[in-house]
Amino acid sequence: MFGVESQNIQEVLRTVELTEVPLAPKAIAGLMNLRGQIVSALDLRQRLELNDRQKAHPPTGVVIRTVDGLMGLLVDGIGDVMDVDESTFEESPETLAPQMRSVIVGVHKLKGNLMHVLDTSSVCDLKGLQDAKA
Amino acid sequence: MDDLIKEFLVESNENLDRLDTELVKLEGTPDSRELLASIFRTIHSIKGACGFLGFQKLEALTHAGENLLSKLRDGKLVLTPEIGSALLSMVDAIREMLAAINVTEHDGEDARVGLIDQLKKLLEQEPVSVATSRRAMARENCEESKPESKVATPAAAGRSKKTPHVGKLGGTLVEQRRVKPEDVARALEAQEGGDTRPIGAILVGLGVLKSDELAEALRLMEERRSKATSQDSTIRVQVTLLDRLMNLVGELVLARNQVLQYAAQQKDNAFLGTIQQLNLVTSELREGVMKTRMQPISRLFDKVPRVARDVSVACGKQVHVDTEGKDTELDRTLLEAINAPLTHLVRNAIDHGIETPDSRVRAGKPPEGVVRLRASHEGGQVLIEISDDGAGIDVEKIKSKAVEKGAIGADQAARMSSTEALNLIFLPGVSTAEKVTNVSGRGVGMDVVKTNIEHVGGSVEIQTKLGEGSTFKIKVPLTLAIVPALVVRSVGRRFAIPQMNLVELVRLDAGQSGSGIELVHGAPVYRLRGRLLPLVYLDRELKLREEEPNGQNILVLQVDSRRFGLVVDEVHDTEEIVVKPLGKHLKGIRVYAGATIMGDGQLALILDVPGLAESAGIKTESPDGQTIKASALNTKDTVEKQKLVLFDGANGSRMAIPLNALARLEKLAGSDVERSGNEWVVQYRGQILPLIHLSRVLEVRRDGGLAPNDTTFPPPGSIDVLVIQENGRLFGLIVNTIIDIVEDTTEVRIPATRAGVLYSAVIGERVTEMLDVSGILQAPEQGVVERSKAMAVVPV
Repeated sequence: MFGVESQNIQEVLRTVELTEVPLAPKAIAGLMNLRGQIVSALDLRQRLELNDRQKAHPPTGVVIRTVDGLMGLLVDGIGDVMDVDESTFEESPETLAPQMRSVIVGVHKLKGNLMHVLDTSSVCDLKGLQDAKA
Repeated sequence: MDDLIKEFLVESNENLDRLDTELVKLEGTPDSRELLASIFRTIHSIKGACGFLGFQKLEALTHAGENLLSKLRDGKLVLTPEIGSALLSMVDAIREMLAAINVTEHDGEDARVGLIDQLKKLLEQEPVSVATSRRAMARENCEESKPESKVATPAAAGRSKKTPHVGKLGGTLVEQRRVKPEDVARALEAQEGGDTRPIGAILVGLGVLKSDELAEALRLMEERRSKATSQDSTIRVQVTLLDRLMNLVGELVLARNQVLQYAAQQKDNAFLGTIQQLNLVTSELREGVMKTRMQPISRLFDKVPRVARDVSVACGKQVHVDTEGKDTELDRTLLEAINAPLTHLVRNAIDHGIETPDSRVRAGKPPEGVVRLRASHEGGQVLIEISDDGAGIDVEKIKSKAVEKGAIGADQAARMSSTEALNLIFLPGVSTAEKVTNVSGRGVGMDVVKTNIEHVGGSVEIQTKLGEGSTFKIKVPLTLAIVPALVVRSVGRRFAIPQMNLVELVRLDAGQSGSGIELVHGAPVYRLRGRLLPLVYLDRELKLREEEPNGQNILVLQVDSRRFGLVVDEVHDTEEIVVKPLGKHLKGIRVYAGATIMGDGQLALILDVPGLAESAGIKTESPDGQTIKASALNTKDTVEKQKLVLFDGANGSRMAIPLNALARLEKLAGSDVERSGNEWVVQYRGQILPLIHLSRVLEVRRDGGLAPNDTTFPPPGSIDVLVIQENGRLFGLIVNTIIDIVEDTTEVRIPATRAGVLYSAVIGERVTEMLDVSGILQAPEQGVVERSKAMAVVPV
């Protein structure tokens, strides 16, 4: 379960229509047409080197604002918008895998759950990833 | 950032650009009062703004420069190359400080004490030039430097009395030497004493000025004032806003295209009329918005004198720069793209091309070399020429350098034509420079020049004559954003290929998919009219297919003089597409030039043809393949060439038609031809295409009627058809055989000797008749013009 600062989020797309880009880095799932603008879609599962999503569960798109423009993040689903404060915040545990540590700022301990706070700019930085072309 | 500071930065940078140009001009005419006054005013205004905004270091620097200029303007000091260089260094330093302000809102840490001291010292100097160690140091940096290079000695400036800073009219009059400063002082005293007349009137009254002299002075002031305020007719707009407008207009164009497609099926005249209006307005809007992105190339050309000056001083050479066509406009992104290549080529021309003054004199040339910049529009492209009257490029030297570096084999070098050899310059690491200098010679510049230019869809060509000089010709498209492209499919996915690189389409019949394609050293090639065309399979390049690469259609693409065939599954229509850039993660993939949104809202990737060629390893030299013959070296002015399709019109008559007059070249099965009344037609891509026999139209009986139609129906085998679009309708011209596609001029002409022909010219080294398409289609015997409007309208 991950959290992104809501001010970085422009919108959420329930369905995502993607055009694949051959030869693109594996984490880039494709391009989407956002009201006339072409936005790259970054699959979070690929980026964090998690297991592939099941075909039965299509992704939800989260459009975030970054320094280089808009970027689409493909996630499994979205939850609520919530306010969190300092008291529940903690630095990332040592046991966190390296590919996660580079993008997670820390965690919030919520009731029954840990929310990993994503840093949107490091998520969009694909340098140093295993560059397996699709 | 504060708006005030933003304004300051923009204006100051513009002022600095102007200073560059004016200081360089000043060195050529050190006496020019006008230049000195203008330069002084510019520095003065920068200084004023600095003080106001609290940039103290910047203010101190400009103050030192202003003092120097004040003495120059008053004639107390004479311009020496040393002073010129110091002032230009000051301009550079100011630029750096402005850059620092842009980032930090602070004028940086470096107070430039050294430079300020130097400027102060120059204030004391006697008006005699002194050779400095600076120039000697600079000389070590250059190729072929001679210790005695001639430098233009500054002429003695005229002496003038101290000019009082009185009212502008007074100043102007004194400048023109119409009145003496004392007279102006008297007039001012009179005014202070209560005289209400303007200065001019007082002076006339005093008898020291004639009224027509006054009128002239006033006119001069008016001229100067209007020059200064002419900037008011323009307005500053954020570039991002213009880009957004461009984007929106692009979408509007797409929507209009879709509307036009639906409109073709409508009968309602009122509706059609409105659609037509929409069409017109959209086209005009698009043109207008495109124009906003256009800037004159003078923006780049104006910077060249400064660069040329610096390089020539560093190299100990004498050069002056000529420009032509400064008003030629091009899209601003293109301007940015060719900025660096242009500068590099100019530096090269001066460093390597132009010889030292002594060598030149020995060769019978004037000691001062010329670098000529010429810009013009040619077709849909902008042509920029950089030429010099230097030593030219030694083709043999290049060949041996390339062989030395291992870029080509010795036998290849021997077989190479001079044009091909010249293109070797563009390989990284190849340079004929004797010494590597700070200016150039490392051999890393030219390949970057070529890549940058090709990246925006342009091309570079070299022409040279040993001992006489060289010319570099850069061609770039007029605009980037909306391009015509062919849509193709490979493994179900759509791609767009810019029309610019497309030469022709070849369809492989189902049974033929295997034949026609041969293997040469394991590389697939296709024999096209006797020439071997290297093939690139799109599905293999993009790794789309697991099995053997496949495809039914070959697109013959051209990059520079290289041709290759791209194999795809399906070919769709040509459309105008809006080019949208790819995001940062995808920008680096060489085979893509961008992406576009198609009429149905789906995305398609735009292929970058040079990138595709590179990634597929298509080289200029392939041992068994044949390279297309390079166009003949033409050291005279460029002659217009166009792509022409050569064909046998009827009974061995060799004819030609411009390629861009054709919609398509087709080979149709004779059995597909049907009859509709007296006409032959064929079902073609969802339409009924009327077919016209060229032989029927061209042969005229003695009594003026047409030869009878004695061609057999249905025609046996296959027929070659030129598909032409005229007035929005398609027609097919049946010809005997299609011979070739060439690029040639149509210079040598004689008037036509029969109807249906425009003229005869030498094309492809033989006399060829140029087909008169409109004339043929309008022949009343064809009844073509009368054809009913049920024909489908081809979307624009």
